[in-house]
Amino acid sequence: MKKIEAIIKPFKLEEVKDALADLGIEGMTVSEVKGFGRQKGHTEIYRGSEYTVDFLPKIKIEVVLGDALLEGALAAIVKAAKTGKIGDGKVFVSPVDEAIRIRTDETGDKAV
Amino acid sequence: MLKSQSKLACLAAVLATAAWFANPEAAFSQDAAPAPEPVVTTVTATETTVVATTAAPAEEAPAEDAGPSIELFTTNNLWMMIAAALVFIMHLGFACVESGLCRAKNTVNILFKNSLIPCIGIITYAFVGFNLMYPGFADTDSQFWFKFAGFGIGTDEAGVTSAYNVGYTYWTDFLFQAMFAATAATIVSGAVAERVKLGSFLIFSTIFVAIAYPLAGSWKWGNGWLNRLETPFYDFAGSTLVHSVGGWGALAGVLILGPRLGKFLPNGKVKPILGHSMPLATIGVFLLWLGWFGFNGGSVLSADPGLVSLTLVTTSLAASAGAVGAMIISWIILKKPDLSMTLNGILAGLVGITAGADQMDMNTSLIIGLVAGVLVVVSVIFFDKIKVDDPVGALSVHLVCGIWGTLAVGLLGAKAGMPQFMSQLTGVVAYGVFTFIFAFVLFFIIKLILGLRVSEEEEHGGLDLGEHGQEAYPDFQADSERLA
Repeated sequence: MKKIEAIIKPFKLEEVKDALADLGIEGMTVSEVKGFGRQKGHTEIYRGSEYTVDFLPKIKIEVVLGDALLEGALAAIVKAAKTGKIGDGKVFVSPVDEAIRIRTDETGDKAV
Repeated sequence: MLKSQSKLACLAAVLATAAWFANPEAAFSQDAAPAPEPVVTTVTATETTVVATTAAPAEEAPAEDAGPSIELFTTNNLWMMIAAALVFIMHLGFACVESGLCRAKNTVNILFKNSLIPCIGIITYAFVGFNLMYPGFADTDSQFWFKFAGFGIGTDEAGVTSAYNVGYTYWTDFLFQAMFAATAATIVSGAVAERVKLGSFLIFSTIFVAIAYPLAGSWKWGNGWLNRLETPFYDFAGSTLVHSVGGWGALAGVLILGPRLGKFLPNGKVKPILGHSMPLATIGVFLLWLGWFGFNGGSVLSADPGLVSLTLVTTSLAASAGAVGAMIISWIILKKPDLSMTLNGILAGLVGITAGADQMDMNTSLIIGLVAGVLVVVSVIFFDKIKVDDPVGALSVHLVCGIWGTLAVGLLGAKAGMPQFMSQLTGVVAYGVFTFIFAFVLFFIIKLILGLRVSEEEEHGGLDLGEHGQEAYPDFQADSERLA
């Protein structure tokens, strides 16, 4: 099993979700996150004073899936989330030791 | 910090002027109704009036001018009660503006203060304020600075007829004025928000609204010395008496408290602390505008069709021009049209027109509003420059534009002229000196005894948890999103 963590532009969430669903991936966890990479922040103004926003809002998608689905899922995410402009985000993959579906006690690939 | 010597010198000068011009003049705007005590004879006069409307007998023709008809009196009184209700709604407006322009972690605290202030204001006004502000100065009095007509409120039958005043009953008079008193205290709350101790602030507000506001108010609306200048000081609905008074109190509080943590960085830069809800701030400003129809429209003190409608028009024109002025200047200086500044611009226009709302026409109202809108933006930036931290712009709106509106009566409109301008200046200085010193000393004493500012730890964590042990927005997610 592998876990994919994809940090993407917020408005790309819908497309990425649909692309993953098309592959038969049945679940994911999504969080609103903030951070910066090469894009850095930008300046805003409030009541006459400028300030820099260092951390930009992004969406983090976490998907745990069987090894067989990994390649397809990665390609789908990258394709759906790409705009070609700076700030598109990153994808991280890591191994997962175990998974348990709480309702049925199923474990392993059957649980994801 | 306090240029006390020069200010004391000003006070002495003002005192001398007052003594010189102790000249009773006709009452204006919110001036005193007759004092409640000496009305024994008018009871019969009222009865005659009522009889006159029903039977119209010829026998008692010379009965005191007959007064207004009962229909007119009822209409007047009804409008004044509606106006009181509109001013009441302003407290909700203040609550929205202030909580919207501050951080979410201080929302309960701000709402708490804004809930208690009108309550404290109404209670203290009943016990002392009303009789301190409208003590019934008599021409034979030796001075017109201070007079107190006794604790508590109450009236006899004459107080609920047109014998008391053609525009309103005693009770309406009290309620309308009590709403004003509470407004002055609310202004302070926004400026000291996000760092002042709740208990200390409530004690300040109680004393400020019980003594400083009505005492100073009696100088003009109570027919005191400023109303007896050769050219009487003019403040139609309270640019100075309400808004500047609140603003001076706010300035004293802000100077003693110091800025919020993290607002002014060691490198000299200003780090803005963002308000948490622009929608709330916007709702608040429009509630205040609505309330101002009562604030200014009720200050006609009757339902006089011409004056009330003119006043509502000048009020709205100035508010609109204030928004336009603030938008233009913030677009030019700050490169972007700033919403919170433009909202302040609406309030600035409203505060600006308040002193002369019945003396202006279309053009002068627009000028007053436009200038106020520009002033408010420049002054917000200025206060940040000199490291005076005012989270909601209360100083810029109420103090700066209150002064501008008061002086504008001497520059524009029906009363414009040098003598009027000098009287306006006298009033501005007198109120500034008295209120600032009063508030500064009061804040200072409270600071010595109780402390004025919350701990650094509490300020970081928010006053909602620190002062109240509560949160304004406790849910992780809204309930509707939490199904299943």
